[in-house]
Amino acid sequence: MQTSTLILFVLALTVVAYVLGRQRSVQLAQPLGGIKRLHSLPNYYGLMAAVWTGIPALVIVAVWTGMETTVITGTVLSTLPDTYTSVSESQISLTFSRIRNIQLGTIDGSQYPDLVQAGELLQRLTESSQFGKVALTLVISVLGGAYAWLRTSPRLRARPQFEVVLKGFFLLCSTIAIFTTIGIILSVLFESIRFFQSIPFFDFVFGTKWSPQIAIRADQVGSSGAFGAIPLFVGTLLIAAIALLVAVPLGLMSAIYLSEYANSKVRGVVKPLLEVLAGIPTVVYGFFAALTMAPLVRDFFQGIGLDGVSAESALAAGLVMGIMIIPFVSSLSDDVINAVPNSLRDGSYGLGATKSETIRQVVFPAALPGIMGGVLLAASRAIGETMIVVMAAGLAANLTVNPLEAVTTVTVQIATLLVGDQEFDSPKTLAAFALGLMLFITTLLLNIVAMSIVKRFREQYD
Amino acid sequence: MTDQPLNAIERMATVKQERLNARLKQRYNRERRFKAYGIASITGGLAFLAILLITIFSQGIPAFQSSFIKLDITYDPDALYIDDASDPEQLRFADFDNAVRQSMLERFPEVSGRNDTRELMSLISTAAGYTVRDRLIANPDLLGQTETLWLMADDDLDLVLNGTIDRNLPSDERRVSDLELEWIDDLLANDDIERRFNTTFFTRGDSRDPETAGVWGAVVGSFYTLVVTLALSFPIGVAAAIYLEEFAPKNRLTEIIEVNINNLAAVPSIVFGLLGLAVFINFFGLPRSAPVVGGLVLTLMTLPTIIISARASIKAVPPSIRDAAMGLGASKMQVTLHHVLPLAMPGMLTGTIIGMAQALGETAPLLMIGMVAFIVDIPQGFTDAATVLPVQVYIWSDSPERAFIAKTSAAIMVLLGFLALMNLLAVLLRRKFERRW
Repeated sequence: MQTSTLILFVLALTVVAYVLGRQRSVQLAQPLGGIKRLHSLPNYYGLMAAVWTGIPALVIVAVWTGMETTVITGTVLSTLPDTYTSVSESQISLTFSRIRNIQLGTIDGSQYPDLVQAGELLQRLTESSQFGKVALTLVISVLGGAYAWLRTSPRLRARPQFEVVLKGFFLLCSTIAIFTTIGIILSVLFESIRFFQSIPFFDFVFGTKWSPQIAIRADQVGSSGAFGAIPLFVGTLLIAAIALLVAVPLGLMSAIYLSEYANSKVRGVVKPLLEVLAGIPTVVYGFFAALTMAPLVRDFFQGIGLDGVSAESALAAGLVMGIMIIPFVSSLSDDVINAVPNSLRDGSYGLGATKSETIRQVVFPAALPGIMGGVLLAASRAIGETMIVVMAAGLAANLTVNPLEAVTTVTVQIATLLVGDQEFDSPKTLAAFALGLMLFITTLLLNIVAMSIVKRFREQYD
Repeated sequence: MTDQPLNAIERMATVKQERLNARLKQRYNRERRFKAYGIASITGGLAFLAILLITIFSQGIPAFQSSFIKLDITYDPDALYIDDASDPEQLRFADFDNAVRQSMLERFPEVSGRNDTRELMSLISTAAGYTVRDRLIANPDLLGQTETLWLMADDDLDLVLNGTIDRNLPSDERRVSDLELEWIDDLLANDDIERRFNTTFFTRGDSRDPETAGVWGAVVGSFYTLVVTLALSFPIGVAAAIYLEEFAPKNRLTEIIEVNINNLAAVPSIVFGLLGLAVFINFFGLPRSAPVVGGLVLTLMTLPTIIISARASIKAVPPSIRDAAMGLGASKMQVTLHHVLPLAMPGMLTGTIIGMAQALGETAPLLMIGMVAFIVDIPQGFTDAATVLPVQVYIWSDSPERAFIAKTSAAIMVLLGFLALMNLLAVLLRRKFERRW
């Protein structure tokens, strides 16, 4: 029986348990004078029966399936002579797939008697594990159902009990956010530690040369990769800076106009339209940047007599990215400008200031912390943005601040290092995780600072 | 004598008044300029949006048409190398390209020689042979007869017809040779070229040839991915929001959960791709390129959005509703499930649709988990190798073939169409069910 069939079977049992549990409660209540003698409505007795039948069994399926492969592999490998197991990890996994192939008969195993034996063991273990899983699950499921059946009595507090179970489920769902964060940290951290075992940390953070191509054979030309991440950091910051130079003035002025000048009709039309900019997928911006913006930028600068403008320039990617993050800046600024109390404005008008003077000298300084928070959030967006730079900024790791040259960014390198076939323990692949760790930490810090600024700003006027 | 100082005072007053007026004018000018900056930046943003959409639409529209060439195909058993028409194997592997070549040569009898023949054949799609094959397999009686078929033309012919390839360029700068242009003109003069709506684009999977490449495989892949995402993120997101709004005690754990949700909402999407690669593929051993893994990654990505919007809509339900239900003896759980949840549902659905729209447009994390592979077949299930619409856009935009630019833009149009639909649905839902208490 396959795991999916098993799960379906358990679910079917659960439904049966619900029906039976409900019936039993009604039956028990009959001689006492109807269901009004029950503590809870019959449905809740059915639900409790279903909980007892389904949940322990499903937990067992999940745990067993999760452990199965690891335990079986470990056992099989431990029976092999040391010559097979005292080698590198990838060798072991190769041996293991050979064992599987011998056992399936796709490879002739007559020259490896050890492996044939191991294959038989693997076969036996897999079969008994399969049988054990099905048997244990079904037994637990039925036992749970029987327990619920025996427990059912008119005085059983079925509803409160079921509510506790439900509340537990809700709590579990809300902790997924924590598990996701832990998952992200663990997955990038472990691979990064492995990476830093082969490449020293300071060579990575302060190195100025990035060429992650490592030859497969040691005697190949250019076999030593260089993993200095400075060019990537500079490229990332350059593009993010260009993006912010576009987005901050445009976004801020839009927000000021919309919240201070525009009437509600204009605001109702323009605001959603501006927000469309945030809803367009980044791959569309990337396509536009690479195909329309980059040639435009190049032609423009060649037109005014500058040579050596690269086809993939940081400027094109940065400009388009800047447009993309306008809505982030404008909607956050809009919120904070609206949060500035009107009494401040009225005071300024009373002293004879014009509207723009009020905005510049009263509203803007009051809203500045909140706006800074918004700008930081936009910066973290710009740093983490991938598709635009993958498609428009290029792969050349130039250490330059010239916006007309091709630069590469952290996200571009992560994407290119991990797309396609990969060997999981080469520094080339692991480098992507180290870059991911850097990216995660940077954006996390930016977000925390930004959010605490915005929060303090809100509290100031609440 | 007394006039003198008075005049001086008056003069001073006028001077001051003039200065004040000048200053006021300056201030008003500045006011106008400031306002103009605001209008200019809004116009700038909107103009960019317009330019983006117009560029993509004008590039993409040609892709919705494809050209067909009229040819008399002879199902000659000798040319096809078929000696037994009842053998399906023979029918399947017969040399249909040869049949197409023969009929092209018949249509242009003046062509001879290897190079010219190859050039002639470059007018017709490499998929033309398959059309002939399918026709013969469906009607084996046709063997030995001749019939007129409309066969798909090569993408270069499309480009010439819609003007993407400029005929006036010198021949060494142009993809299509003078000879080919002559043939095309000949076909046009005889009405042997027809332009039809490109159904291939909406029914096929990816292909290396622009004229046979379609977006349907990616649409189906996106659909499976979004089904997984919706099935997981909606119940989990709603449950989490209910817990945090209605049940969570004010303690350390709740605080940690809230901080985590807010942070996850701002983590770059590519980091979720790293998580998916390390956890789902390398640790749990789920298949690469599968919609189920894509769906899991996108679930983790969209959960914060859904939880945040669901919490907002639960918060919007007035406490009087809860108090009334409590007063009638409902338990806390009953209050929540029977009264608060139904009232908050429209808002939650709106937030979920917006989260799904985000998930539909997401590319970077799916590149990490291998959904970027070249996949011709339409995926049949949640574990088949698949790609999704935005990734298809990315793959095509990388392709050197000129005709793929139009295809890419057309795929973007399809993607934007779906996004517009989803957002429209969310807006309508909000309009219909929004309540002010």
